[in-house]
Amino acid sequence: MQIKLSAEPFNPWQILHDYETEQRQLAGQYGATAVFVGTMRDFNQGDDVVVMQLDHYPGMTEKQLTRIVEQAQQQWAILDGLLLHRVGKIEPNDTLVIVAVWSAHRGDAFDASRFIMEALKKQAPFWKQETLSSGEVRWVSSNSDGYLKPAHNAK
Amino acid sequence: MSIKVRYFASLKERLGHAETELELSAPLSAGQIWQRLNPAIPLPEGTLTAINMEYASLDSLLTDGDELAFFPPVTGG
Repeated sequence: MQIKLSAEPFNPWQILHDYETEQRQLAGQYGATAVFVGTMRDFNQGDDVVVMQLDHYPGMTEKQLTRIVEQAQQQWAILDGLLLHRVGKIEPNDTLVIVAVWSAHRGDAFDASRFIMEALKKQAPFWKQETLSSGEVRWVSSNSDGYLKPAHNAK
Repeated sequence: MSIKVRYFASLKERLGHAETELELSAPLSAGQIWQRLNPAIPLPEGTLTAINMEYASLDSLLTDGDELAFFPPVTGG
């Protein structure tokens, strides 16, 4: 189980490849891996975004992420998990977050990874500040509910 | 009794500082501490509160050495 913050850009597929290669003891046990990769868009709420600053609460952020993963472990039969989240200065197309869950069967992997991602969005203390192409700097005010159809974000 | 109070993100910008130390002679709740430190500013709607890095209600009482934090809704992921 790995839970980390990164101030540096990373390639999610390289991270997942390396992590799975290191976890040799799991080979043969898992039949399902669910992976979510969140990537920074170059638009939000109809505006072009050129760069983003992602603030967090050192200590509390890690504590809440650990709590969320522990809750997932209690609810689903998880063999292993990986949660990596960026902080600091972020540019469009950078990976913001990876959530990966390994389990024997697909239901646990799908459901646990979705739970972790939605709980992170609601509870983990991160704050996004966007710089728009117009030069305006603004804080993102809140996260939307991931279970609702994001029609307002479609453009 | 000494309490550390921290602010994050837009709240930190609005108040113009990230943290402050507070000496108390009697226990106060998180909400009372906000009022004492920011008498002219009503707590913005949706503000979240944490004590020692765990979410807490505004009614929670602070004890010596606690770290209290106020911050806006979270927007990670």
